[in-house]
Amino acid sequence: MASIFDIIGPVMVGPSSSHTAGAAKLANIARRICGEKIRKVDFYLHGSFAETCRGHGTNQALLGGILGMNAADERIRDSFEYARDFGVEYDFHFADLGDVHPNTVKIVMTCTDGSVCEMIGASIGGGEVRISSINNTHIEFSGQYPTIITVHQDKPGIVAQVSTVFAKHKVNIAFLKVFRQWRGSEASMVLETDEEVSQTMLDEISLIPEIIKIVFIDI
Amino acid sequence: MYQFSRARELLEICEKQNLELPDVVILSEEEEWGRSRDMIWDEMECKLRVMENSVRKGLEPDFKSTGGLIGGNAAKLNSYLSYDSLGGKVINQAVAYALAITEYNAAMGKIVAAPTAGSSGILPGVVIALKDEKQYSHEQIINALFVAGGIGKVIASNATLSGAAGGCQAECGAASAMAAASAAYLGGASPRRCVQAAAMALKGLLGLVCDPVAGLVEVPCSKRNATSTANAIICADMALAGISSFIPFDEVVDAMFRIGNMMSDDLKETARGGCAMTPTALEFAKTFRGSMMKS
Ligand code: SF4
Repeated sequence: MASIFDIIGPVMVGPSSSHTAGAAKLANIARRICGEKIRKVDFYLHGSFAETCRGHGTNQALLGGILGMNAADERIRDSFEYARDFGVEYDFHFADLGDVHPNTVKIVMTCTDGSVCEMIGASIGGGEVRISSINNTHIEFSGQYPTIITVHQDKPGIVAQVSTVFAKHKVNIAFLKVFRQWRGSEASMVLETDEEVSQTMLDEISLIPEIIKIVFIDI
Repeated sequence: MYQFSRARELLEICEKQNLELPDVVILSEEEEWGRSRDMIWDEMECKLRVMENSVRKGLEPDFKSTGGLIGGNAAKLNSYLSYDSLGGKVINQAVAYALAITEYNAAMGKIVAAPTAGSSGILPGVVIALKDEKQYSHEQIINALFVAGGIGKVIASNATLSGAAGGCQAECGAASAMAAASAAYLGGASPRRCVQAAAMALKGLLGLVCDPVAGLVEVPCSKRNATSTANAIICADMALAGISSFIPFDEVVDAMFRIGNMMSDDLKETARGGCAMTPTALEFAKTFRGSMMKS
C-alpha cells in the first residue's frame, strides 16, 4: 500500500517526474555503481529522452546526478556550471539503443584512473527507474529498495554465504537475482532488501573470498 | 486497524470511531509504516513549506519555462486580482497560485508532486489560497493536506495516478478531487461531505486526456491545473451546500480507471493525439526539436 507521502510528495525539481527526477536518479545510481572519481561522462539518449531532453532539463538532471545531486537538489538547474567547477567533462549524444523503453539512457563514465564504467537504465514514470545493464552484463533492478550488487566468481555456494550474512544481521532480502555471462566466470547478484544495510554487513560480504566487488545503492 | 483502500472504508472508520478524516489518515500511516505521529506531521509540514516556496517563486514576473511555452501568467492573474474579477477573489487567487507552481515547475523549480509534477499546482493552489484569504490556521491546512492524501490513496489503490496509464483525468482529475476534499474539510464539512466534494470534482474531469504539446509539461498542463483548481473549489462549495454526487466516489474512481484503460495510447502522454497533434503544436514541436538538435 502506498504511503501518503508517495501521493503528496516527493519533493523534486521540475518539470517532469519521468524526464527530470527519474533522470537524476538514474545518474545517481550510475555514479554509485562506478564508485570511482569520474573525469568524463558521456550520455547516450534514446527515444523520448533524446527528443525532449532540453525542454525537460533531462541533460541537467543527468549531469547533476553524476555530480551527486538528488532529484530535489535545486543546483540541478546549474549543473553544467557545477560540472565545470568540479572538473568533470561531459557530452550528450543522441543514440538508437535498440528495442528498449522510450526513456532510456546509456551512461559511460571515464574515471581519473582511466577505467571505464557503463550503465544502461530507463526512467519508467513517476520518478521510478529500471537498470538493465552494467558493463554490458544484463542485470535488473529498480533502486526502490536498498540494493547490494556483487561481482563474484561464479562458483557454487556464494548465494548461501551471502544470505548467511543477511540472516545474521536479521535483514530481510526482498528480491534476489543472479546474472552471469558465462559459466565459471564472473557473475553478479542483485539483492534488494527491506531494511537498512549497515557498513559492517557490507564489509562482511566483501570479505567472502569469491566476492570481487560490491556496490551498495541507497537513494 | 485504520487501513482503508476505499472511501467507503475510510468513512466507516471515521464514523465508528468518531474520528476526523485527517486523524484516520495519520493513524493508518502510523500503523502501516511504524512511524510516530510527530514524524508524519513534520514531514507534511515540510511539504507545505516547499509548496509555499514554489508559489512565492512562481509569482515572480519574469522567468521562462525550459520549453519556452509558459511563464508570466501567474503574475498576470495575480496583479489582475486587485481589480474586480468575475469569478471572485478566492477562486482567482487559488488559480494564480496553481499557475505559479506549474510555471515554476516548468522552469526546473523545486515543487511537491501532488500527486504528480504535472498536476502539482492544484492542491497547493487551493489550500494556500484558502489559508491566505480565509485565515485558516497552519494546523488546519496541514490537516487538509492529510485529507487530500487520504483521497489520493484511495485513487492510487483502485485506479492510477499516472497520465501515461490513465490520461490527465488520473493526474489533474485526481489532484482536483484531492483538493476538493481538502477545501470542503476547511469549510467545515463532515467526512462524508468531503468525499462528496471529491466525487463531484473527479466526475467533472472524467475522460480528460493527456496530450502534452511536444511532450513538454507546459501546454495544456499549466492551464489545466488552473481549471482543475477552480473545479475543486466549486465542488467543495456544492458539497457544503448539501449537494451530493449521484455516483459514489468509489464508483467514480472505478469509472476513471476503466476510461483510462479504454483510452488510446495516443492520448496517454505520448504526444500523438489531442492538443499535441494540432497544427500549432506540430509547428512548435518541429522548430523546438530543430533548435535542440543544434545546441
Ligand atoms: S496533460 Fe498529461 S502531462 Fe500534462 S498535466 Fe495532464 S497528465 Fe500531466
